[in-house]
Amino acid sequence: MHIVVCIKQVPDSAQIRVHPVTNTIMRQGVPTIINPYDLFALEEALRLRDRHGGAVTVLTMGPPTAEQALRKALTFGADRAVLLTDRYFAGSDTLATSYALSMALGRIAADFGAPEIIFTGKQTIDGDTAQVGPGIAKRLRYNQLTYVSSIVDVAADRGRITVERRAEGGTQTLDTALPVLITMLEATNEMRRGTLDNALRAARQEILTWNAADVGIADLLKCGLRGSPTIVKKVFAPTARAEKAEIVTAEGGPAALAEATIAGIFARAPAVEADLYAFARQA
Amino acid sequence: MIDERFDAIVVGAGPSGNAAAYVMAKEGLKVLQIERGEYSGSKNVQGAILYADALERIMPDFRDDAPLERHVVEQRIWTMDDRSHTGVHYRSDDFNEEKPNRYTILRAQFDKWFSRRVQQAGAIVLCETTVTELVKDGQDRVIGVRTDRTGGAIFADVVILAEGVNGLVGQRSGLRPEVAPESVALAVKEMHFLPRETIEARFNLSGNEGVVIEAMGTITKGMAGTGFLYTNEESISVGIGCIVADFAEGEVTPYALLDAFKNHPSIRPLLAGSEIKEYAAHLIPEGGYKAMPQLVGDGWIVVGDAGQFVNAVHREGSNLAMTTGRVAAETVAWLKRRREPLDAVCLAEYTRRLADSFVMKDLKKYRGIPALLHHNKRTFFGLYPQLISKAAQTWLRVDGVDKVSKEKAILRSFREGRSLFGMIGDALKLARAWR
Repeated sequence: MHIVVCIKQVPDSAQIRVHPVTNTIMRQGVPTIINPYDLFALEEALRLRDRHGGAVTVLTMGPPTAEQALRKALTFGADRAVLLTDRYFAGSDTLATSYALSMALGRIAADFGAPEIIFTGKQTIDGDTAQVGPGIAKRLRYNQLTYVSSIVDVAADRGRITVERRAEGGTQTLDTALPVLITMLEATNEMRRGTLDNALRAARQEILTWNAADVGIADLLKCGLRGSPTIVKKVFAPTARAEKAEIVTAEGGPAALAEATIAGIFARAPAVEADLYAFARQA
Repeated sequence: MIDERFDAIVVGAGPSGNAAAYVMAKEGLKVLQIERGEYSGSKNVQGAILYADALERIMPDFRDDAPLERHVVEQRIWTMDDRSHTGVHYRSDDFNEEKPNRYTILRAQFDKWFSRRVQQAGAIVLCETTVTELVKDGQDRVIGVRTDRTGGAIFADVVILAEGVNGLVGQRSGLRPEVAPESVALAVKEMHFLPRETIEARFNLSGNEGVVIEAMGTITKGMAGTGFLYTNEESISVGIGCIVADFAEGEVTPYALLDAFKNHPSIRPLLAGSEIKEYAAHLIPEGGYKAMPQLVGDGWIVVGDAGQFVNAVHREGSNLAMTTGRVAAETVAWLKRRREPLDAVCLAEYTRRLADSFVMKDLKKYRGIPALLHHNKRTFFGLYPQLISKAAQTWLRVDGVDKVSKEKAILRSFREGRSLFGMIGDALKLARAWR
């Protein structure tokens, strides 16, 4: 069975800072990670391969530095990695991205065999749209199963797959024909630790690097900013809250500490004190 | 088990490990470097000053693309009491040279860059992998390492231990004892963001010029230690460190010490309006020459902090790390070319080469200093800074008292504080340790 996992390298949102002077996002020095949702997709793909045999190909579109994410995926145990990179792809929205990825998937199918399953994460943590997976499925005419929480059964011989899907108000059990595109839900599995063999291989293995021409994209107007009808009109940082936390200390046990804390609050916000007394009088 | 065999395995990707891996890879050896952090630099902490010379001997063109912050044109050395500082400053336009001698750097970025160079040179770098123990053969020779990943051992002709101050691998494998609390300092530091223009105005700098402040005195509350403040491009690194044994005796916590240092009237205005970007703590081996463990054995060499290669008096460490890494690598390559075995006898060439270099000469020169400061910490880090401050103030304050009386008062305060014999004794002890 051939499985392709589409991953994205994203800035570690936990470590993003806004420049205190210019108020812009400081991208420099922010560590990048594999989009956390994609890891659930990758682990699920690796489990299916371990059970049914075959190979897992990871695919990403991004700048040359996205190679790091692919090497990490190889460390986890993926068999091959493809980097789709071209300056014409810069500024792609979900429409242009799913177009470029579907073209790369076409080349993967031609070179290594058509994938029975394509995985993506539920969504990315930087774009949050959850549109790219379905976009790829539509373009490749794959059946699509979104928000999958577990894979119940794959019967490769009969070309069927059964999964559980999270839906509003419950869980659906769905059965469909392969090939299929699955967007995987979070917290459905736990990423394995790569073996020493895989770690060593990942450090050295050649990453297949393709540009637009390599995947047969002739119409560059469908790519990047020009192929993207979505326009980001404005980015701004929410104003930081001005209040500061304060640690209250007082001698004489919990009662004294409570009194000091209350006195501190009243001193800072006299309205609170007045409201409180008014409330007490009413009561 | 991994069938493949390497010429050398380097444990750790700090300055010493990166230097060793880079030099060996450049020499054409098959090198595997193993780092427990997510990437080189993710776990590494330093002030940080880069001494160019040590790196230049490894990579003459490093200035082309290394992430450097500011080159140092001014050094301030302060002795402080609670309200004042007395300083020696040296600033020279000579430091504005084509190839500056010292730079401030941010280690996370610098180490990442260095690691990229190591990989380009041909070494294989495995990150997020912890070496758990050394693999030995029947004759107690080190022949490889085991990691926390499943898949058994990896073998090599030599293992270079560049594992840093804690040196857990070497310890666990019985190559050296645990570092004594008297031989290691705990330093804490913060990075404060300030706009470039503010830093330049505040420290009288232009372009990429930078200032270094090293301080000692009552800021360490009677413990042996120093504080520092370095200017980066758009931030200031400020920190303080003391010997771990002293922290254990006293009641002051490291962060309280740093807070007090930041609020010192001489430091506070330099940080005014800044925003804390990052907080870090690290151990620094400061035991010097006498605390050095065994440096070579059958199939292994120790470099960098793991070997206590830090000159605490001159605040030099990363340059000793890079130099020991380079010398170890050159020794291994040289022995390989001569087809010599990489056993303790042949690897002793490494210690011989170090003995001829500034590394051992400097560490030997200051071998008596750690013990001297440890046993006289209240005198050197408390009493003298206070006496110096008091003397400076008496001397400078114009208050109708005649100069002869002022001089007498200063002498009296010194004599009362430490006694004539005490001072002569301190001077002799210091002179002996310094020699």
